[in-house]
Amino acid sequence: MDDLYRELIIDRYKNPQFRGELDPHDITFEDDNPYCGDHIRVDVRLDENNIVTEAVYSGEGCSISQASADLLIESIHGKPLDEVKALTKEDVLELLGIELGPVRLKCALLSLKVLKAGAYGLGEASDDLVT
Amino acid sequence: MTLNEQKLAALDIQKIRGDFPILNREVRSGIPLVYLDSTATSQKPLQVLSVMDDYYRRSNANIHRGIHVLAEEATGAYESARERIAAFIGAATPKEVIYTRNTTESINLVAQTWGRANLENGDVVILTEMEHHSNLVPWQILAAERNLRLEFISVTPDGLLDLESYTELLKLDPKIVAFTHMSNVLGTINPAREIIQMAHTVGALTLVDAAQSVPHIPVDVQALDCDFLAFSGHKMCGPTGVGILYGRRELLEAMPPFLGGGEMIKRVELRSFQNNELPHKFEAGTPAIAEAIGLGAAVDYLAEIGMDAIEQHEQEIIAYALERLEEIPGVKVFGPEAQYKGGVAAFTLPEAHAHDISQILDSDGVAVRAGHHCAMPLHNKFGITATARASFYLYNTEEEVNKLVDGIYKVKKIFA
Repeated sequence: MDDLYRELIIDRYKNPQFRGELDPHDITFEDDNPYCGDHIRVDVRLDENNIVTEAVYSGEGCSISQASADLLIESIHGKPLDEVKALTKEDVLELLGIELGPVRLKCALLSLKVLKAGAYGLGEASDDLVT
Repeated sequence: MTLNEQKLAALDIQKIRGDFPILNREVRSGIPLVYLDSTATSQKPLQVLSVMDDYYRRSNANIHRGIHVLAEEATGAYESARERIAAFIGAATPKEVIYTRNTTESINLVAQTWGRANLENGDVVILTEMEHHSNLVPWQILAAERNLRLEFISVTPDGLLDLESYTELLKLDPKIVAFTHMSNVLGTINPAREIIQMAHTVGALTLVDAAQSVPHIPVDVQALDCDFLAFSGHKMCGPTGVGILYGRRELLEAMPPFLGGGEMIKRVELRSFQNNELPHKFEAGTPAIAEAIGLGAAVDYLAEIGMDAIEQHEQEIIAYALERLEEIPGVKVFGPEAQYKGGVAAFTLPEAHAHDISQILDSDGVAVRAGHHCAMPLHNKFGITATARASFYLYNTEEEVNKLVDGIYKVKKIFA
């Protein structure tokens, strides 16, 4: 439990660095966690070489969902879109630095699911993106 | 002291807790379980566990068609459970008691059979804003198919049904009014008798979602005069996988069948079949036999303790819980005052999300639920996405409420 609420997570939850919305944007996507109603929207801007120049997220939810979104968005700055598409569950867990049970895993991975659905230009997000 | 007075005397909580082996466990070394999630599912007493275990060890067989000792014992136990369940809710006959999987399936059964046979273009169905998804979505599915009009009795800011809005809706000539007897989020116990009487004055039928009421307060279908009533076994000390649909006999007789298959037929030819009689007409396929027998043991257990005594105990616990929760700065409990509700306290804290509250409470062994509790429209109404919900049953104590409160202070400290 102490691990779960390590300082980094509480800090990013209370003092997020990458919250906001971008207009115009090259990529935007939003989705909910059907189990709890947590909501995340991600907006991304790319340069001519498809490198992420700016990215932010908005929405609401628990500390795990919001802190993982903040850390994930931070990590994609300067990355090519192809690398963003290739991000995995393990990448997010590494950013968070904690182990999670099946229910909280859904919270942690909501932002990745939204980001990848947007990156791939999908109509609907699917759990297949983050398994 | 008369027998009734004895039952109204305070519950012997320590004796009751002794019936539930799970309540003795530690969730982590040195941390005992404080189970405050009975609205989601209740724990099961030995009296239920042993009956089910014994069934599988001694009598396991398929029911109704075997002519051997095991089949007869299994059938006898299954049908005897139905009789005791019928008596527990005051049904006129066990034929009015249909085994289903749960409340959800019971409501779907009514929507798909009575609804399809009786509702058509433009007909009005009245629901309420405080329904669980299980009493919304089955009607939404039917409404889309039949172009029905769904209307909703509104919920007041205090978490009560607005009966004035109901009076207005009744002018629309509704065909059925389907409503929850007790909200799984607000805890509100709705005036079911009054709602049913009002529906009947305009010729509408009524369906009561009793998933939260049958486990916690005395319910008598004939006194309520309801047309349909649905509940689940697992919220009332019984197992998962078995629920009940009560329906008035003449309605059930007139309804088309639900699922087709074995058991629900009287005879079958290659291109046609004839329905079985009630209650088997609605029970296609091999049912949850051990679970039905377990539910029979659960109603025996509850009846022995007495539903009046259980209701009184929960009234005391919720009054104490609301008093303690309201002492905590920032805590907002949803729903009406204790006198209008059962043992449910859904709350928010400004500084922490419900998931985080639940997880930190869990670190001290306190099990509560976090989320929208399958009532998203109700949460939307109150402008929130999630609440933490503590709920109480016959085995909970004031000491456990104190642990909940201590845990909430811990949340506040972590998120300070």
